[in-house]
Formats: sequence, C-alpha cells, structure tokens
Amino acid sequence: MIAEPIIFWIMAVISVVAAILMVANRNPVRSALFLVATFLCVAVLYLALTAQFIAAIQIIVYAGAIMVLFLFVIMLLNLGAPQALRERGTIQPFAAVGLGLLFIIALLGSESLIRVPRPAAPANPDLGTVQSVGLNLFAPTLPWLFPFEVTSILLLVAIVGAIIMAKRRV
Amino acid sequence: MVPTSYYLVLSGILFTIGVIGVLIKRNPIVIFMCIELMLNAANLSFIALGRHFGQVNGQMYVIFALSVAAAEVSVGLGIIVAIFRTKETINIDEVNLMKY
Amino acid sequence: MLGQVAIIFPEYWAGIHLPSLVPYVALLGIIVFILAIVPGLIWIERVVIALMQDRSGPNRVGPRGLLQTIADGVKLFFKEDFRPRSVDIRIYYLAPVISMIPALAGGAVLPLQRLTFERPDGTTYQMPLMVGNVNIGLLYILAMSSLAVYGVVLAGWSSNNKYSLLGGLRGSAQLISYELSMGLSLLCVIVMAGSLNLDSIVATQNVLPPGIHSGFEWLRGSIFSWYWLRSLFVPVSIFTIAMIAETNRAPFDLPEAESELIAGFHTEFSSMKFAMFFMGEYAAMLTISGLNAAMFWGGWLPPLNIVPFTWIPGWIWFVGKVMFGIFFYVWLRATLPRLRYDALMALGWKRMLPLALVWLFVMAVVTLYFQPINATAARPVPPVQAQAAPAPRAASAPAPLPTLSAAAPPATKP
Repeated sequence: MIAEPIIFWIMAVISVVAAILMVANRNPVRSALFLVATFLCVAVLYLALTAQFIAAIQIIVYAGAIMVLFLFVIMLLNLGAPQALRERGTIQPFAAVGLGLLFIIALLGSESLIRVPRPAAPANPDLGTVQSVGLNLFAPTLPWLFPFEVTSILLLVAIVGAIIMAKRRV
Repeated sequence: MVPTSYYLVLSGILFTIGVIGVLIKRNPIVIFMCIELMLNAANLSFIALGRHFGQVNGQMYVIFALSVAAAEVSVGLGIIVAIFRTKETINIDEVNLMKY
Repeated sequence: MLGQVAIIFPEYWAGIHLPSLVPYVALLGIIVFILAIVPGLIWIERVVIALMQDRSGPNRVGPRGLLQTIADGVKLFFKEDFRPRSVDIRIYYLAPVISMIPALAGGAVLPLQRLTFERPDGTTYQMPLMVGNVNIGLLYILAMSSLAVYGVVLAGWSSNNKYSLLGGLRGSAQLISYELSMGLSLLCVIVMAGSLNLDSIVATQNVLPPGIHSGFEWLRGSIFSWYWLRSLFVPVSIFTIAMIAETNRAPFDLPEAESELIAGFHTEFSSMKFAMFFMGEYAAMLTISGLNAAMFWGGWLPPLNIVPFTWIPGWIWFVGKVMFGIFFYVWLRATLPRLRYDALMALGWKRMLPLALVWLFVMAVVTLYFQPINATAARPVPPVQAQAAPAPRAASAPAPLPTLSAAAPPATKP
C-alpha cells in the first residue's frame, strides 16, 4: 500500500496524543471521549495492517458499545464535576510519569526487545477479510472453534454476573 | 511497508500510557479505561505480528481478547455501581474496607 | 449486462482512466443527494402528513409551500445562538457534529448502479458505482450507526439539564438496543448472499425467483427474487422496525418527544446547532433507507426484467426505493401513536431479538438444505489451510467484475 507510512504516522501521533490527554484530563467524560478517539485511530491502524474485519469489529464493539457503557455509568453516577475527586499532593504522579518515560526510552533504545527475528511475509490484503477470518475460526482442524463456543458461555456468565452485581438488594 | 517494529513501539508507548494512568488516577472508572487502553495496545501488537508472519492467528487472538474485554467491562462496571450505591464515593483512596 | 440496456463507457477517454474516477463521481452523487434532498424531505414530510390528516400543508411561501424549508432555514440562521452558561462547551458544540457525520459517512458504501466499461480489446466488464467498494461494506454501515449513538448521549449530557440528560440516556439506550435486532436481521440476508459487500448482495438478488427453474426471463431479478421474499418476510419486518427505532423517528421518538421532555436531548440547542441535529436525523433516514433498499428491495434492480423498466438507469431505481422508504417513515409518523419507553425496550429486547435469532437459524437451515430458494448455494467451499486465507477479491483497488451473461447465475465470490 502506497499510503501506509502516512496513515501510520498520522494515526500514531493522534492516538498517542489522545491517550496522553485521556490520562491527564480530570473530567471523566472527556477522558472517555479521548479514549474513543484512540480506539478510532487504532481501528484505522488495523485497516493499515490489512485486518479489515477486526477494524470494523473494533469500532462496533469497543467504540460503539463498551465506551457507551462507560459513558452511561459516568453519567448515571454523576461524576462529571471535576471537584468530586481531588488528588492528594503526593509524589506518586511524578514517579509514575518518570518511570513510564524511562520505560519508553528503554523500549526504543533496546533493539532486542522490538526486533522481530523473521523477515516479514509478503503483503496479502486477503489476510483479514471476513471470509478468511470466518473459515479459520470455524475450521475443524484448527484450534479456534472451541474457544469461540466457550466465549459465548463466558459472555452469558458476564451478563448474569453484571446483573447480580448491579441490582438493588430488595 | 511500515516495519513491524514501529507498530510494536507504538503498542509499547500506548501500554505505558495506560500503566501511568492506572497508577495516577483516583477514579476507578478512569482506571478501567486505562486498562482498556492497555488491552488495545496488546491487540495492536498481536495484529502487527500476525501481519508480519502472514498468519490469521493474530486476529484470532484479538477476537477473543475483545470479547473477554467486553465481558470484563460489564462485570467491573457493575461492581463499581454497587460500591457507589453503598459508599457514595468511589475515590479509591477511600474505598479501603479490606485494609483492616 | 444484468438484463439492463447499459451505456458502455470506454476505459480510457481523452487519456483519463475512467474507472478510477468512478468513486469520486459516486461521492459527488451521494453528497449532493443527501445534502440537497434533505430540504425537499422536510417539505415532503410536512405535505404528506398534512394530506393524511386532511388539511393542507405549507401553502404560504412559494408554490405549494416549496420554499417553506428555505424560509425555515433562514429563520434558524438568524435566530440567536445562545448557550446556557454552565454547559460543557466543547462537548456542547461537538454533539451536533457527531450526530451528522456518521449519517453522511454511511452513505459511502451504498451501491448506486453498475457501470459497464469496455477495454481496448473489446471485452467489457462491470464496476459498481459506489464510493467504497470494500468487502466489509455492511460492517462499515453498522459501525457508523454505532457511532451515531454518541451524538445523542453527548447532547443530553452537555446540556447540564436533567430533562435533556434523561432524554439523551433514554435515546442512546434505545439506539443500542435496536442495533442488535438490526444486525441480526441483516445477518439473515448475509447467510443467503454470502458476502458483506452491498453491491454483491444486490447482484445475488438478480436471479430467478425461488421455485422457478427455467423460462420466465422477465422474472430474473424481479421483485419476487429480492430478499424481502427470499428471506421469508420476517427479516425485512424486523429491519424496518429497527430502522425506525435507530433514527429516533415516530413511533419511537420518545427521547425527543415534544410533549414529554420539552424537546428531549436537543432542548438547549438553538439555531444552527438544532438545524444540524435535524439534518443529521434526515441524513440518517436516507442512509438507512438506502441500506434497506440495497439489502431487501433489490438496490438498483428494476421490479420486472422487461423492456420499459430496463431502460431506466439503475440509480433512478435505487433513489426511487429510498424515496419510498422515506414515504414509509412519514406515513408511520402520521399514523401511529408514540410507544411508551418501557414498551419500546420490551419490544426491542423481548420480542424482536429472539425472533431475529430464531430466524437466523431458520435461514441457515434453508440455505443449507433448500437449493431453489438460495440460488448461490452451488458455489464450492475452498479447502481450509492452516495459515493462509482463501482468495476472495482484494479490498484495495476496485477490481473489475466478470462479464455476466443473462442466462448464467452471477458468479459470486467463493
């Protein structure tokens, strides 16, 4: 793809900036919106990595359902006012940021952490299509069918658990 | 084609920002959002490496990580709502009943 | 070519490679269509509701009130653009924009027509007139409708007003509830069509109706072979009801109801911000009616494959079907009373979702075992390899479709 470096750099910068703004902002609603922006950027990066199905699923599930759930809870608990949660004057934020920067510098500096041993496979735009994902998910010879069925039970358990956790004790 | 190590570095940076958020913030909902950011960073590196090796396995892992994250968010937010209902505050410095 | 008398375009004209201009022509068409038809839609709605209620619609401004929408737009433009002092400013100004963008963006994968191009060596191929000929077209529209929830919930939140917040939360809960039934009913069609590309879905409707095996060429791609009939009526009903709930239109418009919550989530928005919400609602109606037309009602196919119908270009049929969908919207608004909110949620969760799930199973069984209803079931399933994927059409460049003769069923992707 010709435009992949341009897409990568623009989306990488926007997603990192949105993530930093999410962490730095005191208003939880604005943090949630910055996180939605990060998710959308990551979805475009998935498109650049020829994972079309996962990109669409990322927008539908993460940005369209999970973050809406977050916004509901924030709004229902009425935590929009920044005065509600005041952070104490400790050294913890600075220590966290400092160590985080140290980690990023270590990551960028050490080649052995990020160098991938084998050469890259040739670009294959058919790799992430729905047909490809579906055939590999449901193939009887591959190990993905059983976790897929177990995931449905997991989601059922999560639904039951969430309802029990959040219902009023009458 | 953008080298895969660039995607891995981006994934590491997003993960670190998520960790910083978990350490700094006092509001458990925002901490949860930073955990979601960390999960996304891991998903990004899965897909980048999947594309690097030319396999669909990376995307398979991401599908399952996505569904587990969705389940986890629903239960976690239910717990937070339950705590808020009894304690009227969710500043995690004050929700420390298990300390004594 | 698919039973229609087509204009054959040369592949190169004055040195320009015409097929690469097709997405831009489609983009122009979609944007002009959505943005320019919205004022006309408002006028149509007022006139049709008035006629159904046995009164005359707007008749003061312009001939038959045609300039009424322009007069309303001018009035809205000159209205005072106030904002309450305690709103969250950035989100307040962002909400109408978020409400408008997904509706416009969803129109990018609607198939308008198939254009025929001729290569220099005389062979012809067809190319769909759509902006984004991607093979996840349907997922893209579902993603855009998932993003449209944010406009409602952020408008309700940023107004710093109890009634708006309630309206916004109720509206967004309604939207995410009906997204599920919408997606499942679309899946019933996907099981039979075998592709998520909307143009391929329309092309798979260009077969003989179920039960008819030979002769009757005038029925190929006719109204009896579209998916509203081939999926046995239930998915189209579920999708139509969910479509109306997704756009917050009557009888599902409790979140913005005028008599219940002042004006619901857009109470505090005046002049151009309100106009943007209004236009966003109509643009969403157009986009989702377009999806309905492409999936269930044959897209650019004429109702009967006979001569006077096939002379009319495909995009006129598509626009006509979308307009009929809009008429259906307005008809329901004039006719049905509003659903109470708990009845609305009960309908979405307790009745439509189980029915859509059950019908998905029914459609899967029908696709597997009853060949005449699914004319594309004869395609072979490629062997599954451990690592690589089978070879469907690439998603990057708009690939030319093979030339289709009138007798053979269309060759869909494996």
